[in-house]
Amino acid sequence: MHNKQDEHMPPGDRRSVIVGVALLAVCTLVGAIAGDTLGTLLGVKANVGGVGLAMILLIAGRFWLLRRGLLSGGIRLGVELWGALYIPIVVAMAAQQNVAAAVRGGPLVIIVAIVTTALCFLCVALIGRAAGYRPSTDELPATSEVAE
Amino acid sequence: MIEQLGTIALRVLSSNGLLTAFACVGCVMLAANFLSRHLTAGRIHGSAIAIMIGLACAFFAGTATGGEKGVADLPILAGIGLLGGAMLRDFAIVATAFEVDVAHARQAGLLGFVALLIGTVLPFIIGASAAWVAGYSDPVAISTIGAGAITYIVGPVTGAALGASSDVIAISIATGVLKAVLVMVVTPMVARFIGLDNPRSAMIFGGLMGTVSGVTGGLAATDRRLVPYGALTATFHTGLGCLLAPSALHLSLLAIMTL
Repeated sequence: MHNKQDEHMPPGDRRSVIVGVALLAVCTLVGAIAGDTLGTLLGVKANVGGVGLAMILLIAGRFWLLRRGLLSGGIRLGVELWGALYIPIVVAMAAQQNVAAAVRGGPLVIIVAIVTTALCFLCVALIGRAAGYRPSTDELPATSEVAE
Repeated sequence: MIEQLGTIALRVLSSNGLLTAFACVGCVMLAANFLSRHLTAGRIHGSAIAIMIGLACAFFAGTATGGEKGVADLPILAGIGLLGGAMLRDFAIVATAFEVDVAHARQAGLLGFVALLIGTVLPFIIGASAAWVAGYSDPVAISTIGAGAITYIVGPVTGAALGASSDVIAISIATGVLKAVLVMVVTPMVARFIGLDNPRSAMIFGGLMGTVSGVTGGLAATDRRLVPYGALTATFHTGLGCLLAPSALHLSLLAIMTL
């Protein structure tokens, strides 16, 4: 189904794939510059929230394009390709960490993970209860409609 | 002849590092998805298994080479260092923000925001305290381990931003991955006790737990219809963590430590 769509992608759309990649690159770079600048200003010699800032920029950029009707399939493809590659990139990132040294850190990993997960589950129950129960999934539409 | 072919292949694979990396990671993802479907009946997400395979490979490579960069220390897999390096990692994470829908985000409302905030700050405090108790005294290492308790993305992003050492970053990733796996496995078991049976609590759950693979995996095993609601808040979790952990949270930690 996806292939069919790609085949029917108008030539203008294909040419704008690079615009999407460039938009993403500009947002990431501006975020990195802003994060580094903020870090220097705060005196922490680090990138402060550059990735988060870049994400906000990209959301704003998408909103801007959408409102002007400029968000073509090509631009989407250029950005979404990289979004789709994020898990594989995280796998590559995991594969180049100094795990051998981390294993020496041993029980810390297990304790932090278990305590965090348990406390977060507790919070879900507490906040859910404080906000008042809205009973059951009966009010939900069928699966296919939810996907929309 | 065969020996020559081997040398040629090795040379081509090493000099096209990034392509070799794409091929290897693709194979790992395929294998992980297969294991997820047939060994765990889809209960543990393929991506979580793939990350665990990656960490395991890094462990064996690190033990074999004595280096600090996992499999990237093997010349033939040096491309993994580029694919999983800071540049492409940040690039891909920023790209996921494209899927966030502003209108949907508003629906999540105040409750989702409160859950997100607690889900970011609470794990950080637990991770940082545990790191401190375990004997870490460098604020950068403490923040990085605290950030790892948020998600396995926030940990390394924070570590890279603050300049943490690779073994500390590895601890933070391992913590985040273990948390994701725990969320996937435990959610269907405790869903009834924590009232996880309606869209609103699914949104709270997504904001608190954060890890997208953990949340969607756990909710899928509980009630498929809840998945989009949990994912809605969970998608903000990593961004918020990447924004807060290296900045506000790290600076608060510095302030507390200098008291």
